[in-house]
Amino acid sequence: MAGNDLPGALAGIRVVELAGEASAYAGLLLAGMGAGVIVVEPPGGHHSRGFEPFLDDEAGPERSLWWWHYNASKLGVTLDLDDEADRDRFRSLVGTADVVLESERPGRLADLGIDHDTLRADHPELIWVSLTPFGRTGPRAQEESIDLTVLAAGGPVWSCGYDDHAIPPQRGGGNQGYQTGSVFAVLSAQTALLARDRTGQGQFVDVSLHAAANVTTEFASVQWLVAGEEVQRQTGRHAAVEPTTFTRALSADGIDVNTGFPPRSARDFSAVVEWMESLGLKDQFEEFFFLEMGTRLEEDLHLSQVGQDPEVTAMFGAAREAVRFIAQNITAYDFFIGAQERGLAVGIIYSPEEVLGDPHFQQRGFPVEVEHEDLGRSFTYVGAPYIAPKSPYRVRHRAPHIGEHNSILEALA
Amino acid sequence: MKSEALSHIRICDFTGQLAGAGATRWMAAFGAEIIRVEDPVRLGKWDVLRGTSPFVDERRGHEFGGCFNNHNVEKLGITLNLRTDKGKELLAELIAECDAVTENFAAGVLERLGFGYERLREIKPDILYVSNCGFGHAGPYRKYKTWGPIVQACCGLTFTSGLPDMPSAGWGYSYMDHHGGNFMAMAIMAGLIHRSRTGEGQWIDMSCTDAGATMLGPAVLDYTVNGRPLRRDGMPYSNRSQFPAMAPHGIYEADGHDAWLALAARDERDWQAIAGLMGIDDRRFADLAGRLAHEDDLDDSVRAWTSTRDRFEATAELQAAGVPAAGVAKPVDRVDNDPNTEAWGLWPTVTHGEMGRVRVDGIPAHFSETDWVLERGGPLLGQHNRQILGGLLGYSDADLTDLAAEGVI
Repeated sequence: MAGNDLPGALAGIRVVELAGEASAYAGLLLAGMGAGVIVVEPPGGHHSRGFEPFLDDEAGPERSLWWWHYNASKLGVTLDLDDEADRDRFRSLVGTADVVLESERPGRLADLGIDHDTLRADHPELIWVSLTPFGRTGPRAQEESIDLTVLAAGGPVWSCGYDDHAIPPQRGGGNQGYQTGSVFAVLSAQTALLARDRTGQGQFVDVSLHAAANVTTEFASVQWLVAGEEVQRQTGRHAAVEPTTFTRALSADGIDVNTGFPPRSARDFSAVVEWMESLGLKDQFEEFFFLEMGTRLEEDLHLSQVGQDPEVTAMFGAAREAVRFIAQNITAYDFFIGAQERGLAVGIIYSPEEVLGDPHFQQRGFPVEVEHEDLGRSFTYVGAPYIAPKSPYRVRHRAPHIGEHNSILEALA
Repeated sequence: MKSEALSHIRICDFTGQLAGAGATRWMAAFGAEIIRVEDPVRLGKWDVLRGTSPFVDERRGHEFGGCFNNHNVEKLGITLNLRTDKGKELLAELIAECDAVTENFAAGVLERLGFGYERLREIKPDILYVSNCGFGHAGPYRKYKTWGPIVQACCGLTFTSGLPDMPSAGWGYSYMDHHGGNFMAMAIMAGLIHRSRTGEGQWIDMSCTDAGATMLGPAVLDYTVNGRPLRRDGMPYSNRSQFPAMAPHGIYEADGHDAWLALAARDERDWQAIAGLMGIDDRRFADLAGRLAHEDDLDDSVRAWTSTRDRFEATAELQAAGVPAAGVAKPVDRVDNDPNTEAWGLWPTVTHGEMGRVRVDGIPAHFSETDWVLERGGPLLGQHNRQILGGLLGYSDADLTDLAAEGVI
């Protein structure tokens, strides 16, 4: 399904992307949807070619796996934007583009005479998406910023960490501050393209990483906006105004699982009883009696009764403990499958690389092989976020070498 | 006033929670006509957020869920009882007027209601159908149930957050409900762009877990290329930076209750500025390799400076020295006291039929020509029955009275 080679949804759309840490993921997603993305680097290559990890841990501009991942499916050209002749080439290249994507510091491109304001008169249909830490005009627009500070200033960090508040709050891994901004940059480009279908006009879009993080915190913002209440971080669960109980268990093979919501219906209790019996764990679980009581419930347990009604409290507590007890006695994968097959929503806490071997991802064709003909090898990359049979999302080819497609520029001259 | 960006698009929308409702929220902000179809019998509570906290006051019930309002601003709401033949007939008439049908039910639910993709195509041959659930509609886990934390666990995101030798801290909220919605919006708009060019509809099968797994690319390549798993001794250590390597890079104690400061050295210039400001003079820290080799001691030196300082005053000093730094913002800091979110208009006030004036999340992009508008709160149950069933489908007020009496709407 994911492997079909039909053109993508954005086939025929050209995106000119100025290489940047924050916008690289946006360009990757647009290229995956079929846009022709040309990433523009300085002559020696963009500095993110110096980012770890490296092929065989050896640094080198063509060996950065960071660059490989974020620039797959793109073509690459080099231009020295400090040089007037190259700026002319950039102007010509922009003249062929539907979308410009850039994450330059506010003011830099205006100083060089190659910003949207300067170029829009000649290209009224051009869509220009700018992705900057704080947007282009706010009072903090010139602050120094990286993924870590985006997530700290924007809210996500406050909600992530441990019950013990002597431990610093945590930044989730994987450049999620940059990527969240990039996701909104993609939505912006698509929205502007759909608007252009109707009006024929392009426009400028100002995307802010800080704003993107701020509106991506679920309860933390809404709880404050609506009720003036502050959520507090908790180990492995939602930050909340009132503390909640555990959802984590360590399985028999040392891998953590998320145990989900405890059983609350007679059907759920019956599933847990049957599961415990089939595993031969019934006799080792002292509160089994309360699970059996739960199988006779006529109405689902209500959370408001927990702590009030002694029987409900006992059943609810036993159910939660029973699920944890099962997890501790079997492997994480068996727990995940065993619970889900019984209609209980739980999760296995995979490390990123473990995802690729899971049957779900395998059957959906998620891991994809990308040919590196220059190395005579191919490598497995992460694939498509969704399956679109008529306009597939694809990782089309490896990231470009420095200046690999400079012939595109020659053709403009 | 409405945005004109997507005003030519109409969607028959069954989404709920955040992972689905977030998708059509974006489109509604840009002027798309999003028609939420809800079940009058269960008072729309398939979307549990209709009746859950936070609340603006002491009132409770299906019109008072604060998150529901936040996630459904600028949408229209109608009720249809799909257990009835007439309800199904009305839905078919509505779908015939729409560009897309969107839902994030458990896999197979819409089909059981009689509106699987084949039926949708019968009604409208070029319809775009976008389904979204935790594991999608294809694959061995299609019947499995998820919500944000389960998706985050299964795609690798939970594992990436935390300290060595500790359980994962994970994400303290449903990060993937936000991005489930965002990637779904991406899928819908990609499908609409394809349709506008080719005239072709399709069924796009979106899986939140797959979307989440696309967000961890470099870590995956470190394994598939170099054979180095993230599950290994000393990892993850998510306040530090491995890709790219930086040191210092962390979240440090500041003066005050639960007060923290994030800062990092991107390069040697940043490091010189930090060392100068903090008075750190230790030749072990002379270059990045040395700082990485002695990162615990380096962090102690940084902490000695930060821990006696107010997080925002320290941020200002570091920023003045050209160093990326930020106080860890509490909700009050960023919602009420940040001049940048205020200048952006990031917390617009909408008007909800029962809750009144409520602030909501804004949109993190401003468009020069067709910017977003968020003024109308989430729809009350059946609030727009007359506008849609009457105005769009042509039923008279008398018809609507009968439909209500028959339990159809």
